[in-house]
Amino acid sequence: MPMLEVDNLYAGTEEVTILHGVSLAIDAGEVHALMGPNASGKSTLAKALAGDPGIVVKSGAMRFLGEDLSALTPDERARLGLFLSFQYPPEVPGVTIASFIRTALHELTGEETPVLSYYGQLQEKLKQLELPDGFGARELHVGFSGGEKKRSETLQLAVFAPKLAILDEPDSGLDIDALRIVAESVNAMRSPERAFLIITHYQRILNYIAPDRVHVMVDGRIVHRGGPQLAKELEERGYDWVKREFAGKPSQSEDSQTG
Amino acid sequence: MDERELEALRKSKEGYEYGFADEAEYGVTPVKGLSEAVVNQIADIKGEPAWMREFRLSSLKVFQAMPEVAWGPDISPLNLDDIYYYLKPKGYYAHSWEEVPERIKRTFERLGIPEAEQKFLAGVEAQYDSEAVYGRLKGRWEKQGVIFETTDQAVKRHPELLREYFATVVKPDDNRFAALNSAVWSGGSFVYIPPGVRVEIPLQAYFRINARSMGQFERTLIIADEGSFVHYVEGCTAPVYSTESLHSGVIEIVVKRGARVRYSTVQNWSTDIYNLVTQRATTHEDATMEWVDGNLGSKTTMKYPAVVMVGRGARGEVLSISFAGSGQHQDAGAKLIHLAPDTTGRITSKSISVADGRSSYRGLVRVLPGAHGCKAHVECDALLMNPQSRTDTYPYIDVNEPDAEVSHEARVSRVSEEQLFYLMSRGIKRTEAVSLVVSGFIQPITKELPLEYAVELNRLIQLEMEESVG
Repeated sequence: MPMLEVDNLYAGTEEVTILHGVSLAIDAGEVHALMGPNASGKSTLAKALAGDPGIVVKSGAMRFLGEDLSALTPDERARLGLFLSFQYPPEVPGVTIASFIRTALHELTGEETPVLSYYGQLQEKLKQLELPDGFGARELHVGFSGGEKKRSETLQLAVFAPKLAILDEPDSGLDIDALRIVAESVNAMRSPERAFLIITHYQRILNYIAPDRVHVMVDGRIVHRGGPQLAKELEERGYDWVKREFAGKPSQSEDSQTG
Repeated sequence: MDERELEALRKSKEGYEYGFADEAEYGVTPVKGLSEAVVNQIADIKGEPAWMREFRLSSLKVFQAMPEVAWGPDISPLNLDDIYYYLKPKGYYAHSWEEVPERIKRTFERLGIPEAEQKFLAGVEAQYDSEAVYGRLKGRWEKQGVIFETTDQAVKRHPELLREYFATVVKPDDNRFAALNSAVWSGGSFVYIPPGVRVEIPLQAYFRINARSMGQFERTLIIADEGSFVHYVEGCTAPVYSTESLHSGVIEIVVKRGARVRYSTVQNWSTDIYNLVTQRATTHEDATMEWVDGNLGSKTTMKYPAVVMVGRGARGEVLSISFAGSGQHQDAGAKLIHLAPDTTGRITSKSISVADGRSSYRGLVRVLPGAHGCKAHVECDALLMNPQSRTDTYPYIDVNEPDAEVSHEARVSRVSEEQLFYLMSRGIKRTEAVSLVVSGFIQPITKELPLEYAVELNRLIQLEMEESVG
């Protein structure tokens, strides 16, 4: 049984259907990339998986570790081991990163981490991500640059150690050094028990994180799938050829391969 | 007066409530309402000197002559003829534990308040032995020359200080409820800090247990002599249950040259009480007054801590936080009166309105002629939790010097679904996510409170959220 299974999913806002029959399966230990032009529905899929109340599931199914995700609240999904790294995480004034992460960790694990050992762990992770010691004392995302927000998300990923991490555009707005740090952190976390779904417009981050599978989404449909070389092909040829060749056609079966 | 009350009164022979323990035993049938006879009775019970009796009686006349308050929240349901105005022997409070509302009992449980304290707070038991903790600290303060006693005691023991300062900051004719308090006051604290003395541990007059005995009409007077410092903490976050419907205290503070006083209070009156309080400080040259004010309970609160800056370079700061739950109206704010040059003031007000709760910021910044080079900044943030929650802002600014820098910022915000989804996506349950956003919102104030207050305040707001938002 795959860790994550999305079956013929139709979803969108109340008024507009954005995803038109998306299917996807990710096994434990795998890294999948979801690529596609802007506004193709990639983030909508991420939000639907995490349980964003703004996204309405119209039909189809999402199963994570055998559980029907639609029946679970976002916090229940997180406690099952699903993590979404936000493209634009919101500001929460007055709540420090350190206390927020501690609260979340408590909820996720059901265990109270002693203050001292918690701060020790946090400092260690901050060091690994080349973040300053004072980072934990900052108010959650208040006045953060785009790059700092990504680092906050990466820090959380490292601390929470989820079973499935969905990273929504983890590379946007990052300079090359920051990108390397984020990628190294992800690579260090790769394990047979953990899976990743990396959503990206550009191939760039996939130079650092080698995906097992690449899915291409256009207009709310996965129109093409392949191995790591597909990402390179997209980088060279852009999305237009995919659109020309595949858009409007039914979603390909999982075993079809290119290149 | 029914049998149960009479019985309670009979049982009260051992003494009187905290603050009146050194008063004579007094057996009299209480009557409701306000009259010269009642005021005289209070002075009799307390065995007060003539000057205080005169003060009370003249204040009563002032009160009777003053019109009803014509602005602010609706307090018309408050029936001033239906209230006991004089102190009650301790046993008199004895309604039974069974009568205490479940909601209040639950809050006690959640705050982890020991059972003995719970009963005390709920007014079921009148005595609580705080002397063990309090007595030791008292010795330390006394070595420094600090006077810290009930105002009732001070009237007898320190008449010279009382006669010099009492009712000089808040005069009886200041407002109708100040007049009322002046006529019938009971309890409250008197604090005197000698010149240059810094009291490093906050004076916690009423942490939890003493809040109960604070009474309905307490009168507090703090005098910080030149160059001294004190942090005075009063009130409690636990709900104070009372069968009376009015709390109307007066707090007066004199901050002399170069001294600094911080007065922190968190009050959580039960939600049927009208809480109408006058708090004012006079700051002299280079002196600093800081009010940290938390208003949680009550049906209606009207409270505007004020700093009157009379000396050059004086500073005044008010940090105010209020929480208006269902059926509550918190009309809170602050006043900064700049009478002298180079004085600076700052008001930070935060309010949270839940369900149909209503919070208002009502504030005054006044710069008088001759007060050159003054600065004042007002910031008020309101957080609305539900569509029917309400907030209003009434900023009054009256500047009579062109070089004054006065600014006002007001913001209204809501807890966004985006924030909640984000926090929930990290495994945090919805109600806790709401609490987290709210505790972050009030963090600029809670970080100024003593730790135990901050922790309790956050826990309490979490509880209120669960009750109100579900």
